[in-house]
Amino acid sequence: MSTRIATGGRLLNKSTPVNFSFNGKQLRGYEGDTLASALLANDQMLVGRSFKYHRPRGIVAAGPEEPNALMNLGHGGQFEPNQRATTTELFDGLDAASQNHWPSLEFDVGGINKHLSRFLPAGFYYKMFIHPRPFWKHVYEPIIRHSAGLGKAPKDKDADTYEHFHAFCDVLVIGGGVAGLEAARTAALSGATVILLEQTAHWGGRAPVDGGLVEGASVTDYIDALIAELSAMDNVQMRTRTMGAGVYDHGYVLGYERLKDHAPEIKGPRHRLWRIRAGHIITATGAIERPLSFAGNDIPGVMLAASVRDYLVNFGVSVGDRTVVVTNNDDAYRTAIALVEAGLTVPAILDARVLPEDSTLMARAKGLGIRVMMGHAVAAVKGGKRVTAVDVCSQAGEGAVLETIQCEAVAMSGGWSPVVHLWSHCGGKLTWDAGLATFRPDVDNPPLGADGHGFVTAAGAAGGFFGLDDILHDAHAAADGVVTTLGFKLPAAAASPNADRQQEAPLAPVWMMPQGANVKLREKTWLDYQNDVKVSDVRLAAQEGFVSVEHTKRYTTLGMATDQGKLSNINGLATLAGAMNADIPAVGTTTFRPPYHPISMGAIGGEARGEVFQPLRRTPMHDWHDANGAEWEPVGHWRRPYAYKRSGETTHDAVMREVTNTRTNMGLLDASTLGKIIVKGPDAGKFLDMLYTNMMSSLKPGKCRYGLMCSENGFLIDDGVVARIDDDTFLCHTTTGGADRIHQHMEEWLQTEWWDWNVYVANVTEQYAQIAVVGPNARKCLEKLGGMDVSKDALAFMEWVDGELGGFKCRIYRISFSGELSYEIAVDAGVGQAFWDALMVAGHDLGVMPYGTECLHILRAEKGFIMIGDETDGTVIPQDLGLNWAISKKKEDYLGKRAQERSHMVDPTRWKLVGLETTDGSTLPDGAYAVGEGVNENNQRVMIGRVTSTYHSPTLGKGIAMGLVLNGPDRMGEVLEFPGTDGTTYSAKIVDPVFFDKEGEKQNV
Amino acid sequence: MLVLTCPNCGITAEETEFHAGGEAHLTRHGPGASDDDFEKYLFMRDNPKGVHFERWRHVYGCGKWFHAARDTMTLEIFGTYTAQTSTVPQDIIDKITDRRPDWQKSDAR
Amino acid sequence: MSEPISALNGAIYNQGIAEILALDPIGMISIRGDLSAGYLKKPIKKITGLGMPEMRGINLNGQTGIAWMSPDETLLICTYAEVGAHLDTLQNSIGSNHALAVNVSDARAVFRLKGKHIREVLAKLAPVDMSPENFAVGTIRRTRLAQVPAAFWMVDAETAHLVCFRSVAQYVFDLLKTAAQPGSEVNYYKR
Repeated sequence: MSTRIATGGRLLNKSTPVNFSFNGKQLRGYEGDTLASALLANDQMLVGRSFKYHRPRGIVAAGPEEPNALMNLGHGGQFEPNQRATTTELFDGLDAASQNHWPSLEFDVGGINKHLSRFLPAGFYYKMFIHPRPFWKHVYEPIIRHSAGLGKAPKDKDADTYEHFHAFCDVLVIGGGVAGLEAARTAALSGATVILLEQTAHWGGRAPVDGGLVEGASVTDYIDALIAELSAMDNVQMRTRTMGAGVYDHGYVLGYERLKDHAPEIKGPRHRLWRIRAGHIITATGAIERPLSFAGNDIPGVMLAASVRDYLVNFGVSVGDRTVVVTNNDDAYRTAIALVEAGLTVPAILDARVLPEDSTLMARAKGLGIRVMMGHAVAAVKGGKRVTAVDVCSQAGEGAVLETIQCEAVAMSGGWSPVVHLWSHCGGKLTWDAGLATFRPDVDNPPLGADGHGFVTAAGAAGGFFGLDDILHDAHAAADGVVTTLGFKLPAAAASPNADRQQEAPLAPVWMMPQGANVKLREKTWLDYQNDVKVSDVRLAAQEGFVSVEHTKRYTTLGMATDQGKLSNINGLATLAGAMNADIPAVGTTTFRPPYHPISMGAIGGEARGEVFQPLRRTPMHDWHDANGAEWEPVGHWRRPYAYKRSGETTHDAVMREVTNTRTNMGLLDASTLGKIIVKGPDAGKFLDMLYTNMMSSLKPGKCRYGLMCSENGFLIDDGVVARIDDDTFLCHTTTGGADRIHQHMEEWLQTEWWDWNVYVANVTEQYAQIAVVGPNARKCLEKLGGMDVSKDALAFMEWVDGELGGFKCRIYRISFSGELSYEIAVDAGVGQAFWDALMVAGHDLGVMPYGTECLHILRAEKGFIMIGDETDGTVIPQDLGLNWAISKKKEDYLGKRAQERSHMVDPTRWKLVGLETTDGSTLPDGAYAVGEGVNENNQRVMIGRVTSTYHSPTLGKGIAMGLVLNGPDRMGEVLEFPGTDGTTYSAKIVDPVFFDKEGEKQNV
Repeated sequence: MLVLTCPNCGITAEETEFHAGGEAHLTRHGPGASDDDFEKYLFMRDNPKGVHFERWRHVYGCGKWFHAARDTMTLEIFGTYTAQTSTVPQDIIDKITDRRPDWQKSDAR
Repeated sequence: MSEPISALNGAIYNQGIAEILALDPIGMISIRGDLSAGYLKKPIKKITGLGMPEMRGINLNGQTGIAWMSPDETLLICTYAEVGAHLDTLQNSIGSNHALAVNVSDARAVFRLKGKHIREVLAKLAPVDMSPENFAVGTIRRTRLAQVPAAFWMVDAETAHLVCFRSVAQYVFDLLKTAAQPGSEVNYYKR
């Protein structure tokens, strides 16, 4: 059984016990534990079920590479699935539950899959569920969806907050082990600004566990000295619990800081996403130990050798009283030695190698009385929910069992793979190191930065350097080289420290154990624990022709789980290479993509949630609208009142009331969102003549003119009223959505095409609150406010004037988008609400009511006025809308003119704008299509038109609409059929689009 | 995510402050242009693997347009320069040929 | 005529790691033209007592200031009440020259950030190096604050002013509050 022992546990504070629960069971650990170490201390060897076969699984590793120990953590708003026990720090009240089993971890119905494993090989789902086709949607998918997946999706809204932080430095060091600390110190001594990130809560990485001497002192003391020195430097930032998650173009790095996962009670954001721009990045990310491929290597109790050592030294946890060590390299001997020195038993070290002589570590192990069996291997691990024994065989053979050794744990080591992920994220290439039997960064092919030079350097084990002395020298040299390219210089006194060197015997690559393992053994030999991929699956993939490594990955799902193949990658490649009889480097690797380790969605979103998910633009009268029943309509980022509902009214009632009242009394519209752009300069008229389809340069000061704007493509992009302020100055109104876009459109042409024209533009949209006072009583209302002559003679239709109204400095435009007597009045935004209030008071006896955007739409539709975004959709030219009167024939050029001469644009069969009136007074469905005779080449009914705007007009008491129809203007009076989506067909007559007051008598009074 | 230096305000900023504006140094064709010329102007764009001249706007900064010479493959930035020019400045050409000795400036447009 | 009010009318947040205050209306005049021209430099000097700022610079003098916005744009800062008079001064000086001076006071919202963590609060929201050596008093930065345009400058070591469009004042205030929430100190800037 796994248990806590009396000695060891350098990261623990044994004076502070911590209570936690696992699957409802109350357990106890210590401050400093990870969830994994605390579970092992409580003999919780079984921690989950595998993804596909539901096999019992235990903890394999001690770090982020852990594939099995995935937990559901927390409850409600703090619930999070798929959290690794090995990277979860224990805290009081932590509540963990294992995943992927039903009804319980101990007894799991899905476990039947393991007996069916023969029938569930790679590609099983693709092959099995393709026929019969309808079964996929209705039978297979629902069942698979139910049984697939790891953790549960959270049901409640995340209760925590998250944030981003933008940081900049000369040198970013990722990894706070000895290499990272040494590199950071070296870089910092040159004067460069340095950020140092460490994913765990502790500095020093593996070195304190593995031991060694630096300049004669213990490596732990050396690390403490480095930390103290770095902490005192004001050009160094050090962050623990912060993982380098991804490396991107031009020195961009995401760091993932977990601020309170270990202490949920503290205030502040849970995670912080560091958005770092670094001059250069040093990846000191260490290495990950590889499992060995032998039958039963997934039974709980089989663990990476170094992880066994980590649990012993860091957490005082013994994984078992009797641990068999199986290895192809010297490092695993450190585990055997540590176990025996802690008073535990190592019945044997099975070393697959055959060596001419013992290395230092081998001799030490033998000196401790450990039985070392060279050339031996594991034939199979015995046990179900935990290890009971191993069958020993010869590595060179086919697995004939020589003896069976009773044990509780197996510590395996297949060698070490540098963590090259961050090096590779942005294009760094790898090279095969035959000696280490792994890929390492190819220093000649680093990822390239903005200047075309490499911007990532690996240091220490991440670069393929093992052994304390080599690691320290490499880290120092790497940092020295980096700061030199950045233009810094290392002081002469900054020398690389020396560590003791330990001679190790070379590793022997072992990809299958035993070498000649038969199919039966291979079917029990796991490569990818999390996605349940076995040696036999990869071989099958190769056999079926999936010889590209990327195809094999997708076919077998090798390396596609949440651990992204940290343990399985090299072993899988080697297995594929073996099956193809190819060299491993020829097979290549799959692509490493960020993040290195899963990060929370909350961290990615940062502050952008809830109220600040996206900007919401408010007019100066927003709060008034809100308090007066406004039903909001999003218009871009603006919120505009759709209608103002009174008690007892439906929205439709409110809209109808607003239309009728505006036509009979008067209404107020908040038109502040409409764009207002000042265009000034000697060439302003010439510029606007290019921008608008009609002539603006001939407009007289004091007058207004409606204009259309097209893109170079000829399509209508905006419309609005232009007022000429003086000889040099125009004010252009745009649509609400067009304000920023048209301002940028103007700037673009002025800066990039006509930069010699003397024109300045300024977007003053938000300077003004603009209120449309509309209706027969509008003039009376303004006269009541007083201060200006607003009579027809003083201010005629399509004129503007500056003045003071009721004490408010304002500019009044006599323009109308409703067909009513109408004034649009602009005041400074700061007094917008006060002016609105004044109008409401003045209009009280005149029947004033505010109206919203839907009323505005109906008023304009009754008059046949087009709306950008309704009548236009990016494919409509002004000529389609019968707006030829607003297109100058005199001008040689304007944006869109040449495009409108293209054959397709002058095609007489382009659909043209008409009015539509249902034969029974009902309202046409929005967007409905008119159908003609026959079918098209796709056997669909021929379309001859579509509805662009449709409303019920209370003024006319019937449905009115506008639409684009084939030969529309020539077909007045014809009745078209519009099938709805509800099975009914609407009949509508083609009519003139101006439904109301065709002569314009109402607006021109 | 790229880093660009706006030549108008001297700020070196990340891509989120900028807006990409497509190929640079197009010649506008208006009324009177042939269908071919107009089609090329409106629709046809270079899509090189390598050196590319392109337009950017410092939309969240000074609001000004500028040009950049960039390698679409390696993302190396050879330089940024004024938008008020219809030709690539010689110092930019020099930087490109220094880094890409085999590069030939295309005179397609 | 009524007193003008700012978009958030004096809203304040002071429960977090920085104090966020929505300032009362401030006068702002956007000036576009040849910034080296005497017809712009002279009236600006007369109004603010300040010379034209260098690229990305902001010169401050009590309640007045002049900020570099782009190669052909500058922002004059003054009291709200004096905008009209200053516009007249500018117009008179500009005369028939090609330049544009326009009141944008009401189109903006201005926030004051106070406290020793304000650089961090801004660095959470803007992709800008806020370290003291890279962003000192006398510099204005136009950038984005999360999803909207904004400009800010340091008034002193523990005070910053931030300008955004009026319509997004509430959004920006909420952003700043979020970034200044209790317990969110980064303790990043050591120097």
